[in-house]
Amino acid sequence: MNIYPDLFLTFAKVGVMTFGGGYAMLPILQREVVDNKGWATEEELMDYFAIGQCTPGIIAVNTATFIGQKNKGIAGGILATLGVVFPSLVIISLLAGVITTFSHLAWVQHAFGGIRVCVCILILNAVAKLLKKAVIDVPTAVIFFVVAFGSYFTSLSPVLFIVLAALAGIVLKNMGVRK
Amino acid sequence: MLYLRLFYEFFKTGLFAVGGGMATIPFLYDMADKYPDWFTRNDVANMIAVGESTPGPIGVNMATYVGYITGGSMGGLPCAILGAVIATLGLVTPSIIVILIIASFLKSFRDNRYVDSAFYGLRPASTGLIAAAGLSVVMSNLFFADALGRPLGQGSILDCINWKGWVLAAALWILTNQVKQTRKLHPILFILASAVVGILWGM
Repeated sequence: MNIYPDLFLTFAKVGVMTFGGGYAMLPILQREVVDNKGWATEEELMDYFAIGQCTPGIIAVNTATFIGQKNKGIAGGILATLGVVFPSLVIISLLAGVITTFSHLAWVQHAFGGIRVCVCILILNAVAKLLKKAVIDVPTAVIFFVVAFGSYFTSLSPVLFIVLAALAGIVLKNMGVRK
Repeated sequence: MLYLRLFYEFFKTGLFAVGGGMATIPFLYDMADKYPDWFTRNDVANMIAVGESTPGPIGVNMATYVGYITGGSMGGLPCAILGAVIATLGLVTPSIIVILIIASFLKSFRDNRYVDSAFYGLRPASTGLIAAAGLSVVMSNLFFADALGRPLGQGSILDCINWKGWVLAAALWILTNQVKQTRKLHPILFILASAVVGILWGM
Protein backbone atom coordinates (compact mmCIF):
# COMPACT_ATOMS: atom_id res chain seq x y z
CA MET A 1 0.00 0.00 0.00
CA ASN A 2 1.12 3.57 -0.64
CA ILE A 3 2.57 4.87 2.62
CA TYR A 4 0.31 7.95 2.85
CA PRO A 5 -3.03 6.10 3.12
CA ASP A 6 -1.20 3.50 5.18
CA LEU A 7 -0.11 6.15 7.74
CA PHE A 8 -3.68 7.46 7.99
CA LEU A 9 -5.26 4.01 8.30
CA THR A 10 -2.71 2.62 10.76
CA PHE A 11 -3.14 5.59 13.09
CA ALA A 12 -6.92 5.41 12.71
CA LYS A 13 -6.59 1.82 13.93
CA VAL A 14 -4.47 2.99 16.88
CA GLY A 15 -7.14 5.62 17.65
CA VAL A 16 -9.96 3.05 17.66
CA MET A 17 -8.08 0.72 19.95
CA THR A 18 -7.08 3.39 22.47
CA PHE A 19 -9.39 3.94 25.41
CA GLY A 20 -8.51 6.90 27.59
CA GLY A 21 -5.26 7.82 25.84
CA GLY A 22 -1.83 8.37 27.31
CA TYR A 23 -0.13 5.21 28.52
CA ALA A 24 -3.04 3.04 27.37
CA MET A 25 -1.84 3.71 23.83
CA LEU A 26 1.76 2.57 24.26
CA PRO A 27 1.30 -1.21 23.82
CA ILE A 28 -0.89 -0.65 20.76
CA LEU A 29 1.70 1.68 19.21
CA GLN A 30 4.42 -0.87 19.93
CA ARG A 31 2.51 -3.57 18.08
CA GLU A 32 1.31 -1.51 15.10
CA VAL A 33 4.16 0.94 14.53
CA VAL A 34 7.25 -0.92 15.77
CA ASP A 35 6.44 -4.61 15.14
CA ASN A 36 4.06 -4.54 12.17
CA LYS A 37 5.19 -1.52 10.17
CA GLY A 38 8.74 -0.89 11.34
CA TRP A 39 8.19 2.87 11.19
CA ALA A 40 10.16 3.46 14.41
CA THR A 41 12.34 1.49 16.79
CA GLU A 42 11.32 0.75 20.35
CA GLU A 43 13.78 3.40 21.61
CA GLU A 44 12.52 6.05 19.20
CA LEU A 45 8.96 5.34 20.29
CA MET A 46 9.90 5.82 23.95
CA ASP A 47 11.65 9.10 23.07
CA TYR A 48 8.64 10.38 21.14
CA PHE A 49 6.36 9.37 23.96
CA ALA A 50 8.49 11.12 26.57
CA ILE A 51 8.63 14.33 24.55
CA GLY A 52 4.93 14.01 23.65
CA GLN A 53 4.15 14.02 27.36
CA CYS A 54 5.97 17.22 28.13
CA THR A 55 5.07 19.23 25.05
CA PRO A 56 1.72 21.00 24.76
CA GLY A 57 -1.27 19.03 23.54
CA ILE A 58 -2.64 15.51 23.58
CA ILE A 59 0.09 12.87 24.04
CA ALA A 60 -1.43 10.53 21.44
CA VAL A 61 -1.53 13.31 18.86
CA ASN A 62 2.04 14.43 19.58
CA THR A 63 3.37 10.88 19.23
CA ALA A 64 1.49 10.34 15.97
CA THR A 65 2.87 13.57 14.52
CA PHE A 66 6.42 12.50 15.42
CA ILE A 67 6.18 9.09 13.76
CA GLY A 68 4.47 10.45 10.64
CA GLN A 69 7.04 13.23 10.35
CA LYS A 70 9.94 10.82 10.71
CA ASN A 71 8.71 8.70 7.81
CA LYS A 72 7.15 11.14 5.36
CA GLY A 73 7.97 14.66 6.52
CA ILE A 74 5.37 17.32 7.21
CA ALA A 75 2.63 15.67 5.12
CA GLY A 76 3.28 12.40 6.97
CA GLY A 77 2.98 14.12 10.35
CA ILE A 78 -0.30 15.74 9.40
CA LEU A 79 -1.77 12.52 7.94
CA ALA A 80 -0.85 10.42 10.99
CA THR A 81 -2.47 13.02 13.25
CA LEU A 82 -5.65 13.18 11.18
CA GLY A 83 -5.71 9.37 11.30
CA VAL A 84 -5.51 9.22 15.09
CA VAL A 85 -8.39 11.71 15.59
CA PHE A 86 -10.64 10.37 12.81
CA PRO A 87 -12.30 7.56 14.83
CA SER A 88 -13.06 10.00 17.68
CA LEU A 89 -14.81 12.34 15.24
CA VAL A 90 -17.01 9.57 13.82
CA ILE A 91 -17.80 7.81 17.11
CA ILE A 92 -18.45 10.95 19.19
CA SER A 93 -20.60 12.52 16.48
CA LEU A 94 -22.78 9.40 16.39
CA LEU A 95 -22.92 9.15 20.18
CA ALA A 96 -23.49 12.84 20.96
CA GLY A 97 -26.62 12.79 18.80
CA VAL A 98 -27.95 9.77 20.68
CA ILE A 99 -27.17 11.31 24.08
CA THR A 100 -28.83 14.61 23.16
CA THR A 101 -31.96 12.78 21.96
CA PHE A 102 -32.37 10.74 25.14
CA SER A 103 -30.97 13.17 27.72
CA HIS A 104 -34.43 14.27 28.97
CA LEU A 105 -35.37 10.74 30.09
CA ALA A 106 -35.31 10.24 33.87
CA TRP A 107 -33.25 7.03 33.79
CA VAL A 108 -30.63 8.60 31.51
CA GLN A 109 -30.30 11.49 33.97
CA HIS A 110 -29.94 9.03 36.86
CA ALA A 111 -27.29 7.15 34.89
CA PHE A 112 -25.31 10.36 34.40
CA GLY A 113 -25.81 11.19 38.07
CA GLY A 114 -23.95 7.99 38.90
CA ILE A 115 -21.39 8.53 36.13
CA ARG A 116 -20.49 12.02 37.37
CA VAL A 117 -19.69 10.60 40.81
CA CYS A 118 -17.38 8.15 39.05
CA VAL A 119 -15.74 11.05 37.19
CA CYS A 120 -14.92 12.67 40.57
CA ILE A 121 -12.99 9.55 41.57
CA LEU A 122 -11.28 9.21 38.17
CA ILE A 123 -10.00 12.79 38.39
CA LEU A 124 -8.94 12.29 42.00
CA ASN A 125 -6.97 9.18 41.00
CA ALA A 126 -5.38 11.01 38.06
CA VAL A 127 -4.31 13.88 40.33
CA ALA A 128 -2.88 11.45 42.91
CA LYS A 129 -0.82 9.76 40.19
CA LEU A 130 0.41 13.07 38.69
CA LEU A 131 1.30 14.44 42.13
CA LYS A 132 3.91 11.74 42.63
CA LYS A 133 5.81 12.87 39.54
CA ALA A 134 5.13 16.60 39.76
CA VAL A 135 5.52 17.51 43.43
CA ILE A 136 9.04 16.44 44.34
CA ASP A 137 10.17 19.16 46.76
CA VAL A 138 8.98 22.28 48.60
CA PRO A 139 8.97 24.72 45.62
CA THR A 140 6.92 22.34 43.46
CA ALA A 141 4.49 21.81 46.37
CA VAL A 142 4.10 25.59 46.67
CA ILE A 143 3.47 25.91 42.93
CA PHE A 144 0.87 23.13 43.11
CA PHE A 145 -1.08 24.74 45.97
CA VAL A 146 -0.87 28.28 44.61
CA VAL A 147 -2.14 27.18 41.18
CA ALA A 148 -4.82 24.85 42.58
CA PHE A 149 -6.30 27.49 44.91
CA GLY A 150 -5.71 30.35 42.47
CA SER A 151 -7.51 28.52 39.71
CA TYR A 152 -10.35 27.36 41.97
CA PHE A 153 -11.16 30.69 43.60
CA THR A 154 -10.55 33.05 40.69
CA SER A 155 -11.67 32.97 37.07
CA LEU A 156 -8.17 33.67 35.73
CA SER A 157 -7.31 31.81 32.55
CA PRO A 158 -5.35 28.54 32.89
CA VAL A 159 -2.95 30.01 30.29
CA LEU A 160 -1.74 32.59 32.82
CA PHE A 161 -0.92 29.91 35.42
CA ILE A 162 0.91 27.75 32.86
CA VAL A 163 3.07 30.62 31.58
CA LEU A 164 3.93 31.88 35.08
CA ALA A 165 4.74 28.36 36.30
CA ALA A 166 7.11 27.76 33.38
CA LEU A 167 8.89 31.03 34.19
CA ALA A 168 8.98 30.13 37.89
CA GLY A 169 10.53 26.78 37.01
CA ILE A 170 13.26 28.39 34.93
CA VAL A 171 14.05 30.97 37.62
CA LEU A 172 14.01 28.48 40.55
CA LYS A 173 16.09 25.80 38.84
CA ASN A 174 18.73 28.12 37.46
CA MET A 175 19.12 30.00 40.74
CA GLY A 176 19.79 26.63 42.36
CA VAL A 177 22.47 25.79 39.80
CA ARG A 178 24.45 28.93 40.46
CA LYS A 179 24.58 28.45 44.24
CA MET B 1 -18.32 34.02 14.19
CA LEU B 2 -18.93 30.91 16.30
CA TYR B 3 -16.70 28.50 14.37
CA LEU B 4 -13.73 30.86 14.46
CA ARG B 5 -14.13 31.32 18.21
CA LEU B 6 -14.44 27.55 18.64
CA PHE B 7 -11.23 27.02 16.67
CA TYR B 8 -9.45 29.74 18.66
CA GLU B 9 -10.53 28.33 22.05
CA PHE B 10 -9.37 24.82 21.18
CA PHE B 11 -6.17 26.06 19.57
CA LYS B 12 -5.44 27.76 22.89
CA THR B 13 -6.29 24.54 24.75
CA GLY B 14 -3.99 22.51 22.51
CA LEU B 15 -1.19 25.02 22.96
CA PHE B 16 -1.33 25.39 26.74
CA ALA B 17 -2.66 22.05 28.02
CA VAL B 18 0.52 20.27 29.08
CA GLY B 19 0.37 16.62 30.15
CA GLY B 20 -2.33 15.03 28.04
CA GLY B 21 -6.11 14.68 28.03
CA MET B 22 -6.93 15.48 31.66
CA ALA B 23 -5.00 18.76 31.32
CA THR B 24 -7.65 20.01 28.88
CA ILE B 25 -10.37 19.92 31.59
CA PRO B 26 -9.49 23.32 33.17
CA PHE B 27 -9.78 24.87 29.71
CA LEU B 28 -13.25 23.36 29.25
CA TYR B 29 -14.31 24.96 32.56
CA ASP B 30 -12.85 28.24 31.36
CA MET B 31 -14.97 27.96 28.18
CA ALA B 32 -18.10 27.14 30.20
CA ASP B 33 -17.58 30.36 32.20
CA LYS B 34 -16.85 32.48 29.14
CA TYR B 35 -19.57 31.12 26.86
CA PRO B 36 -22.52 29.97 29.00
CA ASP B 37 -24.59 29.47 25.83
CA TRP B 38 -22.14 26.81 24.56
CA PHE B 39 -22.39 24.46 27.54
CA THR B 40 -22.45 24.60 31.35
CA ARG B 41 -19.96 23.55 34.01
CA ASN B 42 -22.22 20.58 34.75
CA ASP B 43 -22.01 19.39 31.13
CA VAL B 44 -18.22 19.18 31.49
CA ALA B 45 -18.51 16.21 33.87
CA ASN B 46 -20.67 14.40 31.29
CA MET B 47 -18.10 15.20 28.61
CA ILE B 48 -15.31 13.71 30.72
CA ALA B 49 -17.38 10.53 31.16
CA VAL B 50 -18.12 10.26 27.43
CA GLY B 51 -14.47 10.98 26.60
CA GLU B 52 -13.26 8.24 28.94
CA SER B 53 -15.73 5.61 27.80
CA THR B 54 -15.35 5.88 24.03
CA PRO B 55 -12.45 4.79 21.83
CA GLY B 56 -9.81 7.42 21.13
CA PRO B 57 -7.65 9.72 23.24
CA ILE B 58 -9.80 11.35 25.95
CA GLY B 59 -8.68 14.91 25.13
CA VAL B 60 -9.64 14.51 21.48
CA ASN B 61 -12.97 12.92 22.40
CA MET B 62 -13.88 15.80 24.71
CA ALA B 63 -12.95 18.39 22.08
CA THR B 64 -15.06 16.59 19.48
CA TYR B 65 -17.99 16.36 21.88
CA VAL B 66 -17.81 20.04 22.84
CA GLY B 67 -17.58 21.01 19.17
CA TYR B 68 -20.57 18.83 18.30
CA ILE B 69 -22.73 20.31 21.08
CA THR B 70 -21.66 23.89 20.37
CA GLY B 71 -22.06 23.59 16.60
CA GLY B 72 -25.39 21.84 17.12
CA SER B 73 -26.67 24.83 19.09
CA MET B 74 -26.51 26.81 15.82
CA GLY B 75 -28.56 24.43 13.71
CA GLY B 76 -28.98 20.83 12.67
CA LEU B 77 -26.67 17.90 12.19
CA PRO B 78 -24.33 19.45 9.57
CA CYS B 79 -23.60 22.39 11.90
CA ALA B 80 -22.92 19.97 14.75
CA ILE B 81 -20.51 17.85 12.71
CA LEU B 82 -18.74 20.94 11.37
CA GLY B 83 -18.36 22.10 14.98
CA ALA B 84 -16.88 18.74 15.97
CA VAL B 85 -14.36 18.86 13.11
CA ILE B 86 -13.35 22.45 13.81
CA ALA B 87 -12.87 21.95 17.56
CA THR B 88 -10.76 18.84 16.93
CA LEU B 89 -8.62 20.53 14.27
CA GLY B 90 -8.16 23.49 16.61
CA LEU B 91 -6.93 21.15 19.34
CA VAL B 92 -4.38 19.31 17.17
CA THR B 93 -3.02 22.23 15.11
CA PRO B 94 -0.65 23.53 17.84
CA SER B 95 0.57 19.96 18.44
CA ILE B 96 1.40 19.53 14.77
CA ILE B 97 3.24 22.85 14.60
CA VAL B 98 5.15 22.39 17.87
CA ILE B 99 6.13 18.77 17.17
CA LEU B 100 7.22 19.48 13.60
CA ILE B 101 9.50 22.21 14.93
CA ILE B 102 10.88 20.06 17.77
CA ALA B 103 11.43 17.07 15.46
CA SER B 104 14.01 19.08 13.57
CA PHE B 105 16.23 19.52 16.63
CA LEU B 106 15.10 16.59 18.73
CA LYS B 107 18.26 15.81 20.69
CA SER B 108 19.05 19.34 21.80
CA PHE B 109 15.44 19.86 22.93
CA ARG B 110 15.57 16.98 25.40
CA ASP B 111 18.89 18.04 26.86
CA ASN B 112 18.20 21.75 27.03
CA ARG B 113 18.53 23.09 30.58
CA TYR B 114 15.84 25.75 30.16
CA VAL B 115 13.31 23.32 28.70
CA ASP B 116 14.00 20.96 31.57
CA SER B 117 13.65 23.66 34.22
CA ALA B 118 10.45 25.03 32.66
CA PHE B 119 8.89 21.59 33.09
CA TYR B 120 9.97 21.55 36.72
CA GLY B 121 7.44 24.38 37.21
CA LEU B 122 4.92 23.25 34.59
CA ARG B 123 4.25 19.79 36.00
CA PRO B 124 2.98 20.89 39.46
CA ALA B 125 1.04 23.78 37.86
CA SER B 126 -0.70 21.46 35.43
CA THR B 127 -1.52 19.09 38.30
CA GLY B 128 -2.84 22.03 40.33
CA LEU B 129 -5.15 23.07 37.50
CA ILE B 130 -6.55 19.55 37.21
CA ALA B 131 -7.01 19.38 41.00
CA ALA B 132 -8.99 22.63 40.96
CA ALA B 133 -11.17 21.28 38.14
CA GLY B 134 -11.66 18.08 40.14
CA LEU B 135 -12.73 20.08 43.19
CA SER B 136 -15.38 21.83 41.05
CA VAL B 137 -16.69 18.46 39.88
CA VAL B 138 -16.81 17.25 43.49
CA MET B 139 -18.66 20.38 44.67
CA SER B 140 -21.34 20.08 42.01
CA ASN B 141 -21.81 16.33 42.29
CA LEU B 142 -21.11 15.21 45.85
CA PHE B 143 -22.78 18.27 47.36
CA PHE B 144 -25.94 20.02 46.28
CA ALA B 145 -23.89 23.14 45.76
CA ASP B 146 -22.49 25.23 42.96
CA ALA B 147 -18.92 24.73 41.78
CA LEU B 148 -17.55 27.05 44.49
CA GLY B 149 -19.31 25.17 47.28
CA ARG B 150 -22.18 27.60 47.91
CA PRO B 151 -25.27 25.57 48.89
CA LEU B 152 -28.07 25.54 46.33
CA GLY B 153 -30.96 24.74 48.67
CA GLN B 154 -32.00 25.95 52.09
CA GLY B 155 -31.64 24.13 55.36
CA SER B 156 -28.66 22.80 57.24
CA ILE B 157 -25.28 21.80 55.90
CA LEU B 158 -26.32 18.15 56.17
CA ASP B 159 -29.08 18.69 53.59
CA CYS B 160 -26.45 19.76 51.08
CA ILE B 161 -24.59 16.47 51.13
CA ASN B 162 -25.33 13.99 48.36
CA TRP B 163 -25.25 10.91 50.61
CA LYS B 164 -25.83 8.40 47.82
CA GLY B 165 -23.01 10.04 45.89
CA TRP B 166 -20.59 9.75 48.81
CA VAL B 167 -21.39 6.07 49.29
CA LEU B 168 -20.78 5.36 45.60
CA ALA B 169 -17.65 7.53 45.59
CA ALA B 170 -16.23 5.71 48.63
CA ALA B 171 -16.92 2.32 47.02
CA LEU B 172 -15.29 3.44 43.75
CA TRP B 173 -12.25 4.85 45.54
CA ILE B 174 -11.72 1.56 47.38
CA LEU B 175 -12.17 -0.48 44.18
CA THR B 176 -9.79 1.70 42.14
CA ASN B 177 -7.07 2.03 44.80
CA GLN B 178 -7.24 -0.65 47.45
CA VAL B 179 -8.64 -3.87 46.00
CA LYS B 180 -5.93 -5.70 44.11
CA GLN B 181 -8.31 -7.59 41.81
CA THR B 182 -10.16 -4.49 40.57
CA ARG B 183 -7.75 -1.55 40.68
CA LYS B 184 -6.17 -2.29 37.30
CA LEU B 185 -9.53 -2.60 35.51
CA HIS B 186 -10.31 -0.14 32.75
CA PRO B 187 -12.13 3.07 33.83
CA ILE B 188 -14.96 2.31 31.37
CA LEU B 189 -16.04 -0.60 33.61
CA PHE B 190 -16.33 1.71 36.63
CA ILE B 191 -18.23 4.26 34.55
CA LEU B 192 -20.70 1.60 33.36
CA ALA B 193 -21.13 0.22 36.89
CA SER B 194 -21.75 3.75 38.19
CA ALA B 195 -24.38 4.32 35.52
CA VAL B 196 -26.19 1.14 36.62
CA VAL B 197 -25.98 2.18 40.30
CA GLY B 198 -27.23 5.65 39.34
CA ILE B 199 -30.28 4.20 37.56
CA LEU B 200 -31.15 1.64 40.25
CA TRP B 201 -30.64 4.09 43.12
CA GLY B 202 -32.24 7.11 41.40
CA MET B 203 -29.21 9.40 41.68
